[in-house]
Amino acid sequence: MYFCDLEYDVVVIGAGHAGCEAALAAARMDMKTVVFSINIDSIGQMSCNPAIGGLAKGHLVKEIDALGGQMGITADLSGIQFKTLNMSKGPAVWSLRSQSDRVVYKNVMKTTLENQPGLDIKQEEVVNLLIDKGVVSGVESNLGVRYRAKAVIITTGTFLNGLIHIGLKNMPGGRAGEFPSVGLSECLSSLGFKVGRLKTGTPPRIDSKSIDFSQLEVQSGDSEPDMFSLLSSGPVLPQLNCYRTYTNEQTHEIIRANLDRSPLYCGKINGIGPRYCPSIEDKVVRFSDKPRHQVFLEPEGLDTTEYYANGISTSLPFDVQVSLVQSIPGLQKAKIMRPGYAIEYDFVDPIGLKPSLETKNVSGLYFAGQINGTSGYEEAASQGLIAGINASLMVKGMKPLVLKRSEAYIGVLIDDLVTRGTEEPYRMFTSRAEYRLVLRQDNAWERLTPHGIRIGLVSGEREKIYYNLLGEVDTALKYLKNTRVTTKEGVRFVTEDLIQPGSSLHQVLKRPGITMRDIIERYQSELKFSRESMKRVEIKVKYEGYVARQMQAVDRFNSMEHKIIPEDFDYSALSGLSNEVRDKLKKVKPRSIGQAGRIPGVTPAAVSILLIALEKRRFF
Amino acid sequence: MQRHNDTIAAISTAPGESAIGIIKLSGKRSLAILRSIFHSPSGSPLKRFRSHQLYYGHIIDESGSPIDEVLAVYMRAPKTYTREDVVEIHCHGGTSALQQVLQTVLDRGARPAEPGEFTLLAFLNGRIDLTQAEAVMDVIQAKTHRSLISASDQLGGRLGRTIGEFKNRLIRLTAHLETYIDFPEEEIPRFDFESFYNQATSLACEIETLIETYNKGRILREGATVAIIGRPNVGKSSLLNMLLAEERAIVTDIPGTTRDTIEENISVDGLPIRLIDTAGIRQSHNLAESEGVRRSREAMKKAELVLLVLDKSMPLHNSDLELLDLLNSSKALIVLNKTDLPGAFSLACSGLQLTHVEVSALHNKGTADLKSAIRSLIIKENSTTEGTTITRIRHKTSLKKTLQCLYAFIDGLKQDSEPPEILSLDLREALEGLDNILGVTTADDILNVIFKDFCIGK
Repeated sequence: MYFCDLEYDVVVIGAGHAGCEAALAAARMDMKTVVFSINIDSIGQMSCNPAIGGLAKGHLVKEIDALGGQMGITADLSGIQFKTLNMSKGPAVWSLRSQSDRVVYKNVMKTTLENQPGLDIKQEEVVNLLIDKGVVSGVESNLGVRYRAKAVIITTGTFLNGLIHIGLKNMPGGRAGEFPSVGLSECLSSLGFKVGRLKTGTPPRIDSKSIDFSQLEVQSGDSEPDMFSLLSSGPVLPQLNCYRTYTNEQTHEIIRANLDRSPLYCGKINGIGPRYCPSIEDKVVRFSDKPRHQVFLEPEGLDTTEYYANGISTSLPFDVQVSLVQSIPGLQKAKIMRPGYAIEYDFVDPIGLKPSLETKNVSGLYFAGQINGTSGYEEAASQGLIAGINASLMVKGMKPLVLKRSEAYIGVLIDDLVTRGTEEPYRMFTSRAEYRLVLRQDNAWERLTPHGIRIGLVSGEREKIYYNLLGEVDTALKYLKNTRVTTKEGVRFVTEDLIQPGSSLHQVLKRPGITMRDIIERYQSELKFSRESMKRVEIKVKYEGYVARQMQAVDRFNSMEHKIIPEDFDYSALSGLSNEVRDKLKKVKPRSIGQAGRIPGVTPAAVSILLIALEKRRFF
Repeated sequence: MQRHNDTIAAISTAPGESAIGIIKLSGKRSLAILRSIFHSPSGSPLKRFRSHQLYYGHIIDESGSPIDEVLAVYMRAPKTYTREDVVEIHCHGGTSALQQVLQTVLDRGARPAEPGEFTLLAFLNGRIDLTQAEAVMDVIQAKTHRSLISASDQLGGRLGRTIGEFKNRLIRLTAHLETYIDFPEEEIPRFDFESFYNQATSLACEIETLIETYNKGRILREGATVAIIGRPNVGKSSLLNMLLAEERAIVTDIPGTTRDTIEENISVDGLPIRLIDTAGIRQSHNLAESEGVRRSREAMKKAELVLLVLDKSMPLHNSDLELLDLLNSSKALIVLNKTDLPGAFSLACSGLQLTHVEVSALHNKGTADLKSAIRSLIIKENSTTEGTTITRIRHKTSLKKTLQCLYAFIDGLKQDSEPPEILSLDLREALEGLDNILGVTTADDILNVIFKDFCIGK
């Protein structure tokens, strides 16, 4: 057995969206870090759709950026369309989505990793974990090389025992065309982790030369787009359109006639798929009265003719895929370049994790991304970032960063996973966040950059931008509060009603229909603020009342979150709990009374008993 | 746990009849609430309450009229049972006055205490020592078991199903709204204002109906107040005695010999009844009749059922007719007394549509008829047709919260300018109200729930 001389602080297994963030965060926090990939040409691969963000996911990306993560920057640099969704609704639910050039995204990510000081990249498959008395001490690769490490982060995505289905044919694989990871899954089972099986899928990719675009609806991006990263000022690549078309009864007939050849409908697939992202087979069967389903055609990049047919994810046999695609307007002559497929993979029950993403069984071992039962690049990256941060903090002997539900979507995501576990691939939605009005895209920097600075992940340019923005917003708010409408007869802005003299500009801005721009136009000479700060000030002022209302709920929430349950708390010694509740508490080991109350099946009664016992402990 | 802001209140004496009943408040707003509802004997609010000193005065309702004559004490933190500011209001015993004072306190912003919450506060604030703490633990744990039974009794039954159904509808409404937020690019039906509006208003209407059953439910559980009215010397006191089956009131032929309003408690086949005899008119002769009417009015306000006593041996008097005019047919019973003497009028001829019974109080005749008439009228009037009633003030408060939020949602819908994420806020808060009843709240108010059937305000 060959031992590599190098001893690493942090080892990251896998270089997908979680792995990249984990590796970069650790290296940026001065950890001697190595990242392993089965194939280093697919570092940062977007294996599913070529898009980043979208509802609630856009929030996650902005949060990753605010903490000093990479996804936002890479998405901005590779973006070929940017669009903020939900603009007709309030700013809390505005969400940015971008289309990326898949190749540019991957290259930017790989280059970033390669140029990160303190980070090594290795193409080896990790097959075994080295564990010493419950503490991780290193990893062993398929080449028989052993690497010592203080912390190990596993971000293997769909690669654990990955099985790809196209029709009734199936083949082991982590992604189409790539080998799965088999040894590691067995290793995890033997360490006592509960391994389950999930399923996800992708649609076929179509050659644009075979698409009749004249029959499609154009979906263009925003003309003055928002960016994910505070470091970005605008798109750098040429911008492209997406297109929309629809399935029809004929499509549905083709699918129905071939269900016996669908691995989903003849029992070949046992993993549980996401309800929010069903295959076209599922849509047709479950919503049989719907006459059509949308199909979005998204360009995969600037230098490729591949289009991603979003909406018809399928695992039907290739010939059925061809006829179903060709039944769709605009795609009558479509040529499929890569078929759609379903993939089954192992995941580890995230209840086995602490809120830091460290496993409860093995100290120093962290899991992040799809291995924890999530779906989506953004969900994976969020966890990767937090695992990278917490592994580094652990090595430094510091307390982990645990974001609260009232503080970040990332907090909601991880709290849900470690408290409730998941039965299907977990995806973020804004409705999962109780404090949605507070967790906005526009204030992600304000909520999270201070954490980033504190833990040493944010510095240099990003830190400067943060303080500048903070200063500008503060100055602008003061200006608005202190400047009063002086004109004797009052002022008429865009709206009909007269603004009474003596009102502050702050009050004026609160009125519906009046924007920062209106105020600036009138007071041009006096106001000099960046677009970024003005946008944020306007939202802050207009949303103020609603946010104040939500903050009351946040206060109540925090009072329970701040009641910390010690890790060594002995639930067996607590009388008055039902066995079921006791088992759940023992399994989850909640960090706070608040978290205990969110465990399914833990009654408010049980929480009260817990609270009393905790108070007693405090007294004696 | 909301109590860092909340002021809690509850009746802290045992339920049932007693000379005095104490309402206890704990929390920052206790004194402010007391100030706003307490008038000194001079009829004006009292500016300064010295800590731990008893004050005599009245609790007044919104319109400024007195509800009850009370002794009140303010105890400044931390030398109190809960280590918070505490106020105690010593009222007359008996549920109706107490309930009214409690309601007034709640209207001023206090939250009903969960049973056992005062003790819990005392414990959490370090007021109770080890032994006492252990005792509290024991009771709480016993309670866990007991509350499971009572929960299955109460909430597994009709009420649980009704509220559960409300909750499902509310969840559904919320889910529909959320769809518009989280899936803007999906092909979902256009936002259907009318459907949201109709669903919300019909739900609000049903919740309101359920809230209204509170008083009725309470009457069946805690008993009804029955007022006995009638002009002097028709035999009200004799009637009272007949029902009490003992010589409690002084019975003479001289009108107005009953000294004060007399209140007595009887049980009519298990239904607790509180009898109020309104006599005791000591005004000069020419004022007596109108004073009688005034007193009768007062008594009728408090009562769930009014017994108008008429002397069947005498022709109907003007003041009899005056009192008859006061009656509301649904809550009145006419008692024709002195049927041992020859009758001087017939009710049938007077064209009255009221239920009546004939008795001879002096000879103790007709008691059974009278009792059964009283019982059936109260039960008929206070049972709802579909049978779901709420009896706990905690349920009422929670439902009211839900209702208010639902109305806020409806208002928001009507304004047509509220974005869905704001409308959703109202629906989620409405849900929280129902969560409080069904006990499935996760993060909010968790400390409170199990203590609900604990001894109130120790």
